[in-house]
Amino acid sequence: MNKRLPFGLAMVLLFIPCLLLGAFTHYPAFRALQNSFWNNSSSRRPSKFVGVENYQTLLQDDRLAQIMLNSTLYALGTIPLAIGLAIGMALLVNARLPGTSLMRLSFFMPTMLPMIAVANIWLFFYAPGIGLASQILGVFGLPPINFLGSTETSLISMMFVAVWKEAGLFMIFYLAALQAVPENLKDAARLEGASATRIFFNIVLPLLRPTTIFVAVNALINAFRLVDHVIVMTRGGPNNSSALLLYYIYEVTFSQRDFAYGATLTVLMVCLLGVLAAVQYWVLNRKAHYQ
Amino acid sequence: MKTSTCFLNSCCAAAVMGLSATNLSAADLEFYFPVGVNAPAVDTIQALTDTWAAQNPQHTVKAVYAGNYEETTTKALTAANAGQPPQVAVLLSIDLFTLIEEDVVVPISDIANTPEDKEWIDGFYDGFMKDAEFEGKTYAIPFQRSTPVYYYNKDAFRAAGLDPEAPPTTWDEMIEMGKALTVKDGNGNVSQWGTRIPTLGLGGAWLFGGLVVSKGDVLTTETGIEARMDTPATVASLEFLLELSEQGVMAPGGISWGDTPKAFLEGQTASMWTSTGNLAFVEENATFDWGVGFLPGGDGPGAPIGGGNFYIFSDTTDEEREAALDFIKFMTSPENAATWSIATGYVAPRADAWETPEMKAYSERLPQALVALDQLQYAEREFATFQRAKVTQHLVDAIESVVTGNAEPAEALRAAQEGADAVLDDYK
Repeated sequence: MNKRLPFGLAMVLLFIPCLLLGAFTHYPAFRALQNSFWNNSSSRRPSKFVGVENYQTLLQDDRLAQIMLNSTLYALGTIPLAIGLAIGMALLVNARLPGTSLMRLSFFMPTMLPMIAVANIWLFFYAPGIGLASQILGVFGLPPINFLGSTETSLISMMFVAVWKEAGLFMIFYLAALQAVPENLKDAARLEGASATRIFFNIVLPLLRPTTIFVAVNALINAFRLVDHVIVMTRGGPNNSSALLLYYIYEVTFSQRDFAYGATLTVLMVCLLGVLAAVQYWVLNRKAHYQ
Repeated sequence: MKTSTCFLNSCCAAAVMGLSATNLSAADLEFYFPVGVNAPAVDTIQALTDTWAAQNPQHTVKAVYAGNYEETTTKALTAANAGQPPQVAVLLSIDLFTLIEEDVVVPISDIANTPEDKEWIDGFYDGFMKDAEFEGKTYAIPFQRSTPVYYYNKDAFRAAGLDPEAPPTTWDEMIEMGKALTVKDGNGNVSQWGTRIPTLGLGGAWLFGGLVVSKGDVLTTETGIEARMDTPATVASLEFLLELSEQGVMAPGGISWGDTPKAFLEGQTASMWTSTGNLAFVEENATFDWGVGFLPGGDGPGAPIGGGNFYIFSDTTDEEREAALDFIKFMTSPENAATWSIATGYVAPRADAWETPEMKAYSERLPQALVALDQLQYAEREFATFQRAKVTQHLVDAIESVVTGNAEPAEALRAAQEGADAVLDDYK
């Protein structure tokens, strides 16, 4: 291990990852920043430097305001719920009950399906009148709900799909963490007469904290990163009630072909994620207890 | 390796044919096409493409299914910007201004300039050519064109005591008959709505254009820089959509385009507004007696025209352009236009296609197919401007905010007009 790597080889090894990072991360990010100060040119409109005009548009964009609110609600709603559910499911499959492998498989199944397929399945579930959800409501004599067609329910319906899809993945991480909790700690607690609840809250949960932080970071990234279900199910509608930030960037850039404003929105998103990541790492370094 | 084999084949073929073919030069075509209907469209396109390739062994053609309309446009534009455009593609007629602005398509009238070619172009229905022209040039050739029509369940009409051969023709009749057609179950929940007009997304905006036409106005003009979103006709149209749900004839809230044919087939609604492109799907799956009528109108009949046209991309060689033009002529020939129309329900874009024996047999078997053709004379171009996606979004937002109960028609349309004008001012 103490043998020094030849300088030339080190450079070669460094060069390849740096090239990939530069070509696919830093250069596009720099170009996005650059584009955000120019107008959206075309054969009919000459290209010109517009300074912070795109950023002024950003501040006055009512759609963006609505979308930022949606994204915040979406993150706040899905992350704690998915984590709570994942812990619950992990405890359930970690308990030595009959049929755990079947349970494990069924909890993990939604994660294995591609998001596009999941979104199409839920599209059928949610279809008013004919979908599964309406049929179930019908059994109880309740009127069908237009889940994706009304502004009150569309975002919640999307959040439900995301939680259903994500919780299984997080369960796997918790399952691994649970199996790493040393039995002797629990045995000692039991010897001193601690109840199962007390053991969970005072021993297991603190030991799960690094996993929780890891999962929370991932869930937060996913909350901004996954928009396939929005594209398939609602296209952000009705009236932008289910549009999320990345979907908006996609729509502005590729559907409306406004590359300048798309770049401006991208800069906003990168800054936002950067700040959130910094905060999370700060919390992670302070609070996490690693063995 | 494959290309060289093809090249060899084409050389041999040309030699065998004794150099009699008019197109001696070989071209490799790439053809992007979307599918926007519930029909086995990919197989039909592939079969037609293969036939053309077999008849023209000096050329090759690769048909690329590129997703829905929007995805196909995005792919074609991205490929064109990267310098590798498809030579020919079927894209939305309303993408005309975007394609011109991006400077990626060549006017077909520049390539097809012989007297025979002009005659060929004149053979298409005028209604379908209106939105293929800009500044005196023909940029596109109609292929998969459609208008929405009123589909209705004749059995439901009989059950409600209505004449199954007399569908509603006006908005008032739609509400009146819709009330008779609405059925509630024991709990007071509606089990069958009177009608269903999709109001969400681009499909909603397309149908909205038909409402406006029936009130004697248009949403857009051929200039590509005019959006007429805040007019008495648009306000009346949006109020009518709202009234349908207020009167209990249509489900409240936003109605999606995609679920609509299913809801009709499942008996959730006694009638629906959707594209003729769904004729084949409804014919195949309906378990009841059904009919098709003109869209009921405000002051008279009116409908939007939609669908896709052939475009030829500009970053191509002369040989490729000639081959692409020949390919388009083949695809829109009477027999092939008939095959395509029968497989999907799209309106065959030429009068001579309707004269073919296949088409005559088809319209005898399925007289519903003739309704869209008859309605064509009352139809106007679909909403299209420069920056179409951005401008249309303002209209979509206005319609969606009203049908979901978050805004009043007049106020929402005024906001949409302001938004649209702000985008289009750059072009005036």
